[in-house]
Amino acid sequence: MNILVCMKQVPDTAIAIRLDAEQKSIDRSEITYVVNPFDEYAIEAGLQLKEKYGGEVTLVTMGPDRADEALRTGLAMGADKGVHISDPALEGSDTLVTAKVLAAAIKGLPYDIVLCGKVATDDNTGQVGPALAELLGIPHISGATTLEVDDDAKKATATREVEGGFMRMEVPIPAVITAEKDLNAPRYPSLPGIMKAKTKPVDKKDVASLGMDPSSVGLAGSKIQPMGMSLPPVREAGRIIEGEAEEAAKELARLLRAEVKIL
Amino acid sequence: MDFDLSDEQKMLKRTVRDFAEKEIKPTRAEFDEKAEYPIEILRRLGDMGIMGMAIPPEYGGSGADVISYAIAVEELSKIDPSVAVAVSVHNSLGCDPIVKFGTEEQKKKWLPGLASGKKIGCFCLTEPDAGSDAAAVKGTARLDGDEYIINARKQFITNAAGADLSLVFVMTDKEKGYKGISGFLVPTDAPGFSRGKKEKKMGIHASVTMEMNYEDCRIPKENLLGEEGDGFKIALWALDAGRIGVAAQAVGIAQGALNEAVAYSKERIQFGKPISSFQAIQWMIADMATEIDAARFLVYRAAYVKDKGGRFSKEAAMAKLKASDVAVNVSRDAVQIFGGYGYMREYPVERYYRDAKITEIYEGTSEIQRMVISRALLR
Ligand SMILES: Cc1cc2nc3c(=O)[nH]c(=O)nc-3n(C[C@H](O)[C@H](O)[C@H](O)COP(=O)(O)OP(=O)(O)OC[C@H]3O[C@@H](n4cnc5c(N)ncnc54)[C@H](O)[C@@H]3O)c2cc1C
Ligand SMILES: Cc1cc2nc3c(=O)[nH]c(=O)nc-3n(C[C@H](O)[C@H](O)[C@H](O)COP(=O)(O)OP(=O)(O)OC[C@H]3O[C@@H](n4cnc5c(N)ncnc54)[C@H](O)[C@@H]3O)c2cc1C
Repeated sequence: MNILVCMKQVPDTAIAIRLDAEQKSIDRSEITYVVNPFDEYAIEAGLQLKEKYGGEVTLVTMGPDRADEALRTGLAMGADKGVHISDPALEGSDTLVTAKVLAAAIKGLPYDIVLCGKVATDDNTGQVGPALAELLGIPHISGATTLEVDDDAKKATATREVEGGFMRMEVPIPAVITAEKDLNAPRYPSLPGIMKAKTKPVDKKDVASLGMDPSSVGLAGSKIQPMGMSLPPVREAGRIIEGEAEEAAKELARLLRAEVKIL
Repeated sequence: MDFDLSDEQKMLKRTVRDFAEKEIKPTRAEFDEKAEYPIEILRRLGDMGIMGMAIPPEYGGSGADVISYAIAVEELSKIDPSVAVAVSVHNSLGCDPIVKFGTEEQKKKWLPGLASGKKIGCFCLTEPDAGSDAAAVKGTARLDGDEYIINARKQFITNAAGADLSLVFVMTDKEKGYKGISGFLVPTDAPGFSRGKKEKKMGIHASVTMEMNYEDCRIPKENLLGEEGDGFKIALWALDAGRIGVAAQAVGIAQGALNEAVAYSKERIQFGKPISSFQAIQWMIADMATEIDAARFLVYRAAYVKDKGGRFSKEAAMAKLKASDVAVNVSRDAVQIFGGYGYMREYPVERYYRDAKITEIYEGTSEIQRMVISRALLR
């Protein structure tokens, strides 16, 4: 079974984010990067499918040179090889362009299933997986909390969480499945895996080698142009109301009415 | 000279840190409180290749370098020094002597289980009357046909709680003094073996420390490690390497305590300002960080010399001497920065302070490290 996993390198969510001078992008100078957490579930799902059916897990990422580190992490977890699409022309690509670029890379590869994360924790759109399915002309299920694949019957069954319950869905494969966080417990890379990761093949692609026109990608090729970014307002320090419970409760009620004005 | 870690070492550091943060941190206080041995965590570290770090891949190990070993132990210790010492003792004292001195049969028999973490190793040298003076061991082994019969009472044994295999040092020939000591691989299901009392300790509670008793304990004669009389040499070799592990554990304790202190100092408001705005606190933090870096570089240097195949006794002793001192001082200062809260079990620095002290004692006290260092200089 040929399993593709699309993964994105994102800033570590444990790190405080600052904006750059123009307030259009985040300041990347002091950021450490990790594999998008949702993509770890996708990789784990891929590895489990490989353990069951054999075959290969191939990781696909679009991102700058540093994204190699994220690919190597996935390879250390046990994926077999990687495709790294990197090109200065890609900078500023919107979600549709990102999906087009991924689709162009994927079209040249054999695949039975394409796994993505439900959402990337940085830009947080959740659009790339569904857009990719559309461009590849295959069905998709988003936010899977369970996944079974029947390689003989060529179908996949997944569970999605919906308001107040669960929905089970079946699709023929190949299909795109995006992973929700309850899908599995991603394994940690093992030390032998880490030591092998460097020697695993990573196919480097740029815009030209994907047969794409540089003007159709990046900021130039994107229909969405970012206007600006802003940080959430700083939370003010909490206030502790001293005194006996009864008095304190009265004071709290007064404050909620008079100052916060929510009562 | 290159101060950068390799890509693999960086990924290992991130991976172990991540594991420690997510899988160990949430329960560490509970394991400490209950003095419970974290066997499940060790098994999982086995799955990650951390329980057979230096074991060659043909015996199921990771075949990693010593700097990687120091990195893994430090990262574990930053979160839980008890887990760190269990891993350190298993690797350096449980596995490595078999890699270095074992026969092909012994390696095939024991290493795959130990490397996977499904079997745990321990090291039994100390006796009630033989601590720093390890050559004074009274335990004995005598050959009886195809078997050795071991009689010994070993105490203060790390990993005793989970051990499947013990490396025991006893006298095979009392006349020869330390040259009459031999090392034996004794599985804990051997007839005549039993565990003794579980010690109540100042710190590293989750690293359960016990007595191990061998009463007419019979093992096949193939379980002799090296030759008869090699025991003392094997023990000293293992302890030299083990000291790099304890030193890395000490650096981890200090770094863990500093991290807590830095975060707390920015949050705690007194006199209307975070206490981190007071110069007294700033200087303490500057000194703590500087000392930790000094200790860590000594650890990496010792590991580097061992990786290169050189003599590393002095370097390992220096690393352990310095790092254990730093662990005690830094964790004490971390408690100071936390003030009264630092003295409370609810806050983690109290545990770091309790855990730090042992690094000045086991695998050779600080006095013994100074003896090793000065001997190398005055030779
Ligand atoms: C420097 C920079 C500049 C940008 N400029 C613009 C801009 O000008 N206009 C704009 O609209 N957006 C811009 N973006 C956002 C960028 O287009 C999105 O990051 C990208 O389209 C993915 O969207 P998302 O992060 O919301 O992913 P989601 O759709 O939330 O991700 C879902 C899943 O899709 C897959 N996936 C997503 N991205 C990738 C990838 N790169 N490689 C492989 N798999 C992936 C992963 O499996 C992921 O879990 C910029 C981003 C960067 C880093
Ligand atoms: C928690 C814990 C775990 C342990 N784990 C293990 C284990 O797994 N396996 C194992 O075999 N042992 C283990 N030990 C034993 C440990 O290695 C010894 O406790 C240590 O070597 C010191 O020996 P001692 O306790 O007998 O102290 P002593 O040797 O009695 O030392 C008492 C004091 O005298 C000093 N001293 C002794 N000789 C000299 C000298 N010549 N010059 C100057 N000062 C000297 C010492 O430095 C110390 O300050 C463990 C101990 C503890 C507490």
